[in-house]
Amino acid sequence: MQSMLHVMIWVALGSALGGPARYFVSGLIGRHVGETFPWGTMAVNVSGAFAVGLLAAAATIEGLMPMPAGWQFAVTGFLGAYTTVSSFSLQTMALALDGEFLKAGGNIALSLLLCLAGVALGYGAGIVLPGAGL
Amino acid sequence: MSGSREILSLYAVVAIGSVIGSVLRALASLAALAWIGAAFPWGTLFVNVAGSLIIGFYAAITGPNGRIFASVYQRQFVMTGICGGFTTFSVFSLEAFRFLNAGDLALSGLYVGVSIAAWLLSVWLGHALGSRFNRLGGF
Repeated sequence: MQSMLHVMIWVALGSALGGPARYFVSGLIGRHVGETFPWGTMAVNVSGAFAVGLLAAAATIEGLMPMPAGWQFAVTGFLGAYTTVSSFSLQTMALALDGEFLKAGGNIALSLLLCLAGVALGYGAGIVLPGAGL
Repeated sequence: MSGSREILSLYAVVAIGSVIGSVLRALASLAALAWIGAAFPWGTLFVNVAGSLIIGFYAAITGPNGRIFASVYQRQFVMTGICGGFTTFSVFSLEAFRFLNAGDLALSGLYVGVSIAAWLLSVWLGHALGSRFNRLGGF
């Protein structure tokens, strides 16, 4: 049984990398594609969904990830901080308040669709690895 | 805002905020697990709703019409760091997928539907409360 302190240290280490990674990726996409639609937030959320699906499948491979520390670091910490709902909510609301209802609705529909497809694809890719799914 | 010192400082405040938000999220998930159980991801729903409320309120009170001045560092610390680390789209997606994978289409749909409605309602509520605070007299 891990102590609560150990759990929090793994989460803290993962999130110390995941948060800045989100800031980097969303900023990079925003600068290149423009800020009229929140593509940056969508890119981190969709790529994070793919990664979490892959890790969920890979976690079934015996001995691949030291558990539960590996999960706390990579999923709860890194991917938890890498992806965001608060920015998604704020940006969707800002589009709606600007009267851009099509963009607001499109952001909701596309984010949900791509994130669920992303996690399913990631899981599908991971579960065919040797030793997975046991 | 283009000097390397400034950029490094922005990354540092985002990192510190993310650690604070993420540790609070992990604690909320553990608390929900211990108090309510694992049948429904109440912990994730709670952090995402609360984080949306807080970012809506904070963005309003520190925005162009806000009555609180916040530097770009403070805004990135609270919004990108704490709120971003506190909320999570990846764990939400995984939980919705796990319901689907277990054949529970209804529960997956319910989780996604309730989540999206609650996030957007709470960011709007936070924004409305913040805007109201901006219009208050005094100070």
